[in-house]
Amino acid sequence: MSVGVEGRPSDSKVVFYNDPRIRSLFLQLLLLGLIVALFWFAYDNTVTNLRKRNIAQGFAFWDVEAGFDISQTLISYSAASSYGRAFWVGLLNTMLVSLVSIFFATILGVIIGILRLSRNWLVAKLAMVYVEIFRNVPLLLILYFWYRGVLGLLPEPRDSIKLPADILLNTRGLLMPKPVFADAFIYPLIAFVSTVILGAVLFWWARRVQARTGNRPNAGLFSTSMIIGLPLIVFFLSGSPLSFDVPVQGRFNASGGMTLPPEFVSLVIGLTTYTAAFIAENVRAGIVAISKGQTEASQALGLSHGQTIRLVIMPQALRVIVPLLNSEYLSLTKNSSLGVSIGYPDLVNVFTGTVLNQTGQAVEMVSVTMLVYLTLSLLTSAFMNWFNRRVALVER
Amino acid sequence: MSGQAELKFIRSQFSDALPPPMRTSGFFHWARENLFSSVFNSVLTILILFGLYQVIPGMIDRLIITAVWTANSSKDCNAELLGHPVGVCWGFVNAHWGYFIFGQYPEHLRWRPELFFALEALGLAWLLVPSIPRKDWAMIYFFIIFPIVGFFLLNGSETLGLTPVQTHFWGGFLVSIVIGTVGIVISVPLGILLALGRRSHMPVARSASVVVIEFIRGVPLITVLFMANVMFPLFVPEGWRPDPLLRVLVGVALFFSAYMAETVRGGLQAIPRGQYEAAQALGLSYWQMMVKIILPQALKIVIPGIVNNFIGLLKDTTLVAIVNIFDFLKVIEASLNNPVWRLSQMPFAGYLFAAIVYFILCYGMARYSMSVEKRLATDHRH
Repeated sequence: MSVGVEGRPSDSKVVFYNDPRIRSLFLQLLLLGLIVALFWFAYDNTVTNLRKRNIAQGFAFWDVEAGFDISQTLISYSAASSYGRAFWVGLLNTMLVSLVSIFFATILGVIIGILRLSRNWLVAKLAMVYVEIFRNVPLLLILYFWYRGVLGLLPEPRDSIKLPADILLNTRGLLMPKPVFADAFIYPLIAFVSTVILGAVLFWWARRVQARTGNRPNAGLFSTSMIIGLPLIVFFLSGSPLSFDVPVQGRFNASGGMTLPPEFVSLVIGLTTYTAAFIAENVRAGIVAISKGQTEASQALGLSHGQTIRLVIMPQALRVIVPLLNSEYLSLTKNSSLGVSIGYPDLVNVFTGTVLNQTGQAVEMVSVTMLVYLTLSLLTSAFMNWFNRRVALVER
Repeated sequence: MSGQAELKFIRSQFSDALPPPMRTSGFFHWARENLFSSVFNSVLTILILFGLYQVIPGMIDRLIITAVWTANSSKDCNAELLGHPVGVCWGFVNAHWGYFIFGQYPEHLRWRPELFFALEALGLAWLLVPSIPRKDWAMIYFFIIFPIVGFFLLNGSETLGLTPVQTHFWGGFLVSIVIGTVGIVISVPLGILLALGRRSHMPVARSASVVVIEFIRGVPLITVLFMANVMFPLFVPEGWRPDPLLRVLVGVALFFSAYMAETVRGGLQAIPRGQYEAAQALGLSYWQMMVKIILPQALKIVIPGIVNNFIGLLKDTTLVAIVNIFDFLKVIEASLNNPVWRLSQMPFAGYLFAAIVYFILCYGMARYSMSVEKRLATDHRH
């Protein structure tokens, strides 16, 4: 707390060491000196230690052959690929698991948050029990529970659990039919995109009409049936250009289809169930924050229950919810690094784990990994801030 | 005139009395309002009740009735060997009780961690129960005296006549509590310093605090732990060889200081400007103003936030298992990997036990923080 000193005459009797400006300058120099000394101490020791242990420095390792395999890769990768390639594989795996979990956690969280406010006492209490259980248990424990406690009980491939739609569940993970697209699939796709655009235009027109006349033309049913119907018709006219590669159960392994490894599945389930509890609380907080007068006012205006929620409550509640969601998404992304504990090949596992063990270059590996998360955090919060501004604008 | 006369209507007799209003109290009223308020709600209630009826008896059966309470190996819980259905194998927990709580801490010295737990419980109760007086002494006890006593109790000291016990013998619940305690004892003062730094008018102090806080909050705890584990030994001269537990403690304490700083900052911002100005007008120095006027008010407001941070801290102590510290979760893992106890249902028992312990601790703290919030809220009610 500096005290205003501007008006003080220069011949004042304050001794120089009691002058707030000089004090502040001195303290800051001292602090700066301490920080520099600390960094120099660490740097000097690190260089000496690394030289003694014969560990290379710098990023020359980036193009060196990695020599290890990764169980789940989104881009082509083999043991002959470079460490740099392994980095991208790990990063993509982290982003994949985060995005998929964010998607499911948002859906589950919003549903549970709304259920907590249900007028049905049993429903509200069940939702509360869910939230309290998952908020008060460590995420790592939840991951272990799903990975070893539940998915560990799955049968061998020959006794696979058969789910509807040709999905198999066994120790290899979740085996799903893999869609195979023929060239002609482009036509139903075009039909779909164009009907969606048409539907959007209809929606905009309906709003214009409602603003002008007060009556809203019922465009919803027409657009929905058009968006679903037309692509389907085109799909069959173009000779059903989509087939499925169905997984076939074998004695020791299953062939065909696409496999989601158990690590990925349990990480997604764990992150989803854990984060959904927090999102549910945020959604509830946002809705509760809207005063009852808003509901009563919109009922007095003759809005239906659905319209009240959609046009009055939600736009205001989102203003509270979105910043909270932002931090939940961020912590989910950071929490995805816990996948290392169950062997999911994410960035931390690949880079701070295997690559660090092989090269021994701790400083480079940990710094790169930290920088990646820092960048992801900043990007997510930038995006959410942008979205937040949009929500705030819509409501005024 | 005549038209109006025709409209006149005078009732010549009383109308029938309305039926009495429906019950507005009692169980049936409550059930009608909360369970059967509409057709949809009634169907939902019946479906849920049916579902609970399907699930709960089976759960009670597996958790209590057919559960095995004492066991010497996985054979005692193996349904195929026993020839009858077996529920949760609590015998696994029972057989490892001492190991789960103290790790490999020598058995004849376990009174020391027990005393440590008791001293900690005393300190926490003193700090957190509102009706116990002298919170200033409680702070001195918990943040200065207890950590020193606790260190010598657990670590031992030749001069005091306590046999030294190296940290790699510590384990289980003890280590989780030690990490949590050190985390809170260091992160509260350090967090306060960082928060003050962030609100300081000195550019160097402010930017240093902002960089530290935002950097730490932007990275996952696990990377900070890796940093503490593999980079910290490189930062110090070769001869020092920091103890593995100490490295992790430094990482956890630093990590939570950043979160604590943001919580404390919220409290500092909630103190009206007038308080700062009044303190300055009285001629108090910066530190006098902070220690005597601002912090006592700010910290009181953020007690719920600090407790919530502590819940997060306790949950996140489990992550040290990834860098090979034998905390509560890791000793359970280690016991599960013991071939004598290997059975596909066994992880369920172990994890359920851990979940119950963590749930009791965290839920208890959450309830406490909510009660404080309520108590504080009444102070400001108009």
